[in-house]
Amino acid sequence: MEDNKRIVYMDNAATTPLRPEVVDAMIPFMTENFGNPSSLYDIAKISREAVAKARSRVAAAIGAQDKEIYFTSGGTESDNWAIKGVCFANCDKGMHIITSSIEHHAVSYTCEWLEKQGFEVTYLPVDKYGMISPEDVKSSIRDDTILITVMFANNEIGTIEPIAEIGKIAREKGIIFHTDAVQAVGHVPIDVEEMNIDMLSLSGHKFNGPKGTGALYIGKRVKLDPLMHGGDQERKRRAGTENVPGIVGLALALELSVAELKESSERLTGLRNRLTEGLLKIPKSHLNGHPENRLPNNVNVTFEYIEGESILLMLNRKGIAASTGSACNSSSLEPSHVLTACGIPAEIVHGSLRLTIGEMTTDEDVDYVLKVVPEIVQKLRNMSPLTPDELRT
Amino acid sequence: MKLDYSNKVMDHFENPRNQGTIENADGIGEEGNPQCGDIMKIYIRVLDNRISDVKFQTFGCGAAIASSSMATELIKGKTLEEAWELSNKAVVSALEGLPPQKVHCSVLAEDAIHKAINDYRVKQGLIPWEEKAGKEPHHH
Ligand SMILES: Cc1ncc(COP(=O)(O)O)c(C=O)c1O
Ligand code: FES
Repeated sequence: MEDNKRIVYMDNAATTPLRPEVVDAMIPFMTENFGNPSSLYDIAKISREAVAKARSRVAAAIGAQDKEIYFTSGGTESDNWAIKGVCFANCDKGMHIITSSIEHHAVSYTCEWLEKQGFEVTYLPVDKYGMISPEDVKSSIRDDTILITVMFANNEIGTIEPIAEIGKIAREKGIIFHTDAVQAVGHVPIDVEEMNIDMLSLSGHKFNGPKGTGALYIGKRVKLDPLMHGGDQERKRRAGTENVPGIVGLALALELSVAELKESSERLTGLRNRLTEGLLKIPKSHLNGHPENRLPNNVNVTFEYIEGESILLMLNRKGIAASTGSACNSSSLEPSHVLTACGIPAEIVHGSLRLTIGEMTTDEDVDYVLKVVPEIVQKLRNMSPLTPDELRT
Repeated sequence: MKLDYSNKVMDHFENPRNQGTIENADGIGEEGNPQCGDIMKIYIRVLDNRISDVKFQTFGCGAAIASSSMATELIKGKTLEEAWELSNKAVVSALEGLPPQKVHCSVLAEDAIHKAINDYRVKQGLIPWEEKAGKEPHHH
């Protein structure tokens, strides 16, 4: 590490820091108010009431009713539960699932596993911006379709999917519609009633809440099996002693994010656009994802002729934390399935850089990144055998 | 993915030795990484059967860039026979190790050097050395 370097965290899609007021709210539930919500005595009652209040806060944030919110251990569990739970409870009606080709692995690997159990899965294509077409959803529906699961917003490219339109189609056909809204909750307005969403996954650590906390919204009409069997918690649908401090933290963080949503998304959109425009001034660079219909915090660009892991290493030396879809940066050595599904060739995916900004991001951070990234791109281009002579210095 | 590189790797990644090209090089070897699609190109200048100069260009990850830098450093000044003997293992140990999933990037350096040497040999009207068995000039 270089001395006295500034730290610029631009990987908020990976995780976010907790807000101090969230930490403060959680601490009493790790110390004096440690009671098990299922017990009878007074300190247990405090925990029980805290969980109930948290449930109301989460419900209010997405336009649901309290009894439709179930706390889980995070986005991954919520996705697994939603999909497996519906499939197991409804396999007498059919065994066909519709999803997209750009889902998070928490959804796509769950679907792949279900294929091995005999279910059939349609993976819908996306356009070059990563958009799913509601028409494709409609035409993929079969008599035996029991579930449609399409993410609200993509974690790599930030593209926001036409969720309300898909919800309308699903509702008309009477098919359960689940959305992985892990990247969207707390960042874009969501109303499960208006959008005809039957199930929605969310995760605390993506909106300045604690890691290992999440929730699944399950609309009244949904029939699903539990994933966790055991005690009577969560209306007997999700066993396990509640993570009370985590639940308290998640709910407060979500309430605060939603209360500030309009203001913060305007601010972040401004920073995002400045970052994007600045980076696209670099020759042979391209924007990945949708130009307008994208999360306010997501920038994803590709620089031709260079590789993403080396970009990240150099950024790290300058104190900048970011992410890439390069094959070299994945344990499977496969390029990002999301960028690949957008039709981007592997060698171009190689040079992709994702910067996801957040509450901490300042104007100065954007200036700093816009100064550092072009230098790094040039240094790596000078090293690459692919760079055309006119781009060498 | 985690970026657990040794200080040596980071040093060669950040301050790559022998980066660039050689005009009218005596041998050029280009190798692609079948696993992730990266490319390494090695240029050699040969004087009296010795590698008097060597340069590289790499499109790849930190391990690939550091391996190119280290490999070129290890073969500079060596005879062609000695340079041919350079294994990816020697590159990895000179780099004080690579994460297991990054060892394949060092193979790229070994292969690109072999191609550069054989390119030189073919240009000289010599028979290229065999890749698989490896040339063991001192043993047979
Ligand atoms: C879209 C999406 N779904 C699911 C997850 C998994 O969430 P968690 O980390 O809470 O298990 C993530 C987080 O990386 C995500 O971005
Ligand atoms: S060159 Fe791709 S993983 Fe090293």
